[in-house]
Amino acid sequence: MKHVKKIALMTTLLASSLVITACNEAPPAKAGIPPKLYTDSLFAVMNADRANYTKLIIQRLGPNGAGAIKPDEHWKEIENGALLPAQMFRAGSEAVAEVTDEFTYSLQSLWPINKQNAPKTPLEEEGLQYTVDNPGENFYGEEKLGDVTYFTAVYPDVAVSPACTTCHNDHKDSPRTDFDIGDVMGGVVIRVPL
Amino acid sequence: MKKIIWATWMLVTLSIAGYYGYILFKADNKQALLIGETSHGHFQIELACSSCHTEAFGGPELIQEACVGCHGAELAEANDTHPKKKFTDPRNADRLSVVDARYCVSCHTEHHREITAPMGVTLPEDYCFHCHTDVGDDRESHRDLAFDSCASAGCHNYHDNRALFEDFLVHNHSGPWLKEMARLTNPNGAAILASKRVPEQQPTFPEQKTAHPDIHQEWSGSSHADAGVGCGGCHSDNRSDEWLEKPGIAQCQTCHIHEVESYKSGKHGMRLAQSLPAIRPVDSKLPFKETAMSLQQGCNSCHSAHRTDTLFAASEACLTCHNDEHSRGFASSPHGRLLTQAIAGAIPVEQAVSCATCHMPRAENIVDGEAVVQVNHNQNHNLRPNEKMIRPVCMQCHNLGFSIDALADPALIRNNFNGKPATHIPSIDWSLKRVAD
Repeated sequence: MKHVKKIALMTTLLASSLVITACNEAPPAKAGIPPKLYTDSLFAVMNADRANYTKLIIQRLGPNGAGAIKPDEHWKEIENGALLPAQMFRAGSEAVAEVTDEFTYSLQSLWPINKQNAPKTPLEEEGLQYTVDNPGENFYGEEKLGDVTYFTAVYPDVAVSPACTTCHNDHKDSPRTDFDIGDVMGGVVIRVPL
Repeated sequence: MKKIIWATWMLVTLSIAGYYGYILFKADNKQALLIGETSHGHFQIELACSSCHTEAFGGPELIQEACVGCHGAELAEANDTHPKKKFTDPRNADRLSVVDARYCVSCHTEHHREITAPMGVTLPEDYCFHCHTDVGDDRESHRDLAFDSCASAGCHNYHDNRALFEDFLVHNHSGPWLKEMARLTNPNGAAILASKRVPEQQPTFPEQKTAHPDIHQEWSGSSHADAGVGCGGCHSDNRSDEWLEKPGIAQCQTCHIHEVESYKSGKHGMRLAQSLPAIRPVDSKLPFKETAMSLQQGCNSCHSAHRTDTLFAASEACLTCHNDEHSRGFASSPHGRLLTQAIAGAIPVEQAVSCATCHMPRAENIVDGEAVVQVNHNQNHNLRPNEKMIRPVCMQCHNLGFSIDALADPALIRNNFNGKPATHIPSIDWSLKRVAD
């Protein structure tokens, strides 16, 4: 009888401990946004903002419009200086980096004016080359940087106005000087830790 | 025997714990807790542990917050070339293994004065080289340069390159070494604030006026009198008629808020910002005059209470204490001679070059549509690296090339610019050649 009691008690304890352990287990993963959809959506916002800044601010208020602002690489140095669209894009990326590390993004090129914007990882290099070789297509992949694995997406950055090509073709630091409208000049790289 | 050893061990342990516990929680002087000599930039506030160690427990983020709390605005203003945000991108993960540039302390470790270089840097001088190894591929001129010369030769700085970036060098490559003499704009910030903050009807204290006719006479020719700030403007709290015998910094900052705030950001006033007693020359390791060793820093150290003679404050006051070669060389230097001429009335006062002209530059800002000129009282604002002075100070009277060369010549700095630079920094030449190519 004693043993029966012991066994019953042990069984109860074991059962309750199993229940408690089960309760402590991580809840089943919720169905999140697939990384590709996430980066595609982010890119849609970035691209729209960039196009709007170019059209609604630079073209409208710059030298080809009202002449009220002066878009310039060294915009802080001149009165009424305004960021170039690519700099505005980078300013956004740096501001995002100050508030979150859930994703990062940058504008890169195989022919960068600023060498810091050249591809650094093999996947960036591969992705930028892919978007040049396959016009209109995006590139997706995974890479490990430090101890973290990332989903990395590369979106082509196409020359849409003469301002883009003229500036890059004439700049003393540009490694390529024969860009035409419609050429892929670089790419937006979005990276999400997995 | 064992019992005696145990008892002794316990007693010694408890005594040590009690001593440090008292220092940590009770004592005003926490000198015993310092783990090493602090740097020239922080020794002033080394006894206000919590100014950097804001919490008892916490990781590097807390220290970083403290660094940014004091230095962040200045770095942002300097268009910091290596801000933290450039290094948080995972693509720079490999660089962080060389120098973790997300944290100030990676390069500016504190409590290690024995390895602290002039800019507060505690890394060997080749810190640029590790990430910029391939600079010679793009710039032929840089191919054979010494690996430790990037930031030590007058060409680059880690944070502030406002006067050194290539396009600026190209745009400012010409001009005579000595331009037409600039004229300083007279400060008006405090007078504007006085009109808003000091009531027109101030306590008049007629009995004090009668008792101190000499002081009243001094005051009547001062900028305080011009701004309508009478005895009661400073010798009361402007709410009651109670006479305040010795107005303090609180009274000054009623109108001189910018001056007091910038003063508390610099080495002269940073102790006051931490509620520590004001600094004295004897607290520092710089060369000071024996007669001045115990003088405590405060507004009145440079600005006499009633005369408001800013020409005295801008130079002679500094030399009351400072006794290094650069300071001693001022009077006979070309800059010092201009001051002498201005005092003698030979040139306008606005063309005098004093200590403050370079070390406490005036800044003009548009506030509510009005040009407000204020003197920055943080004497360290543009001191290091000295290329910070080029644009706001040197280039007002000299061209860029001369300014870069002069500031890269230690002997010339020591004798207070008594002569021409002995060295030539080729950065402008190289930039022009690159553009021409």
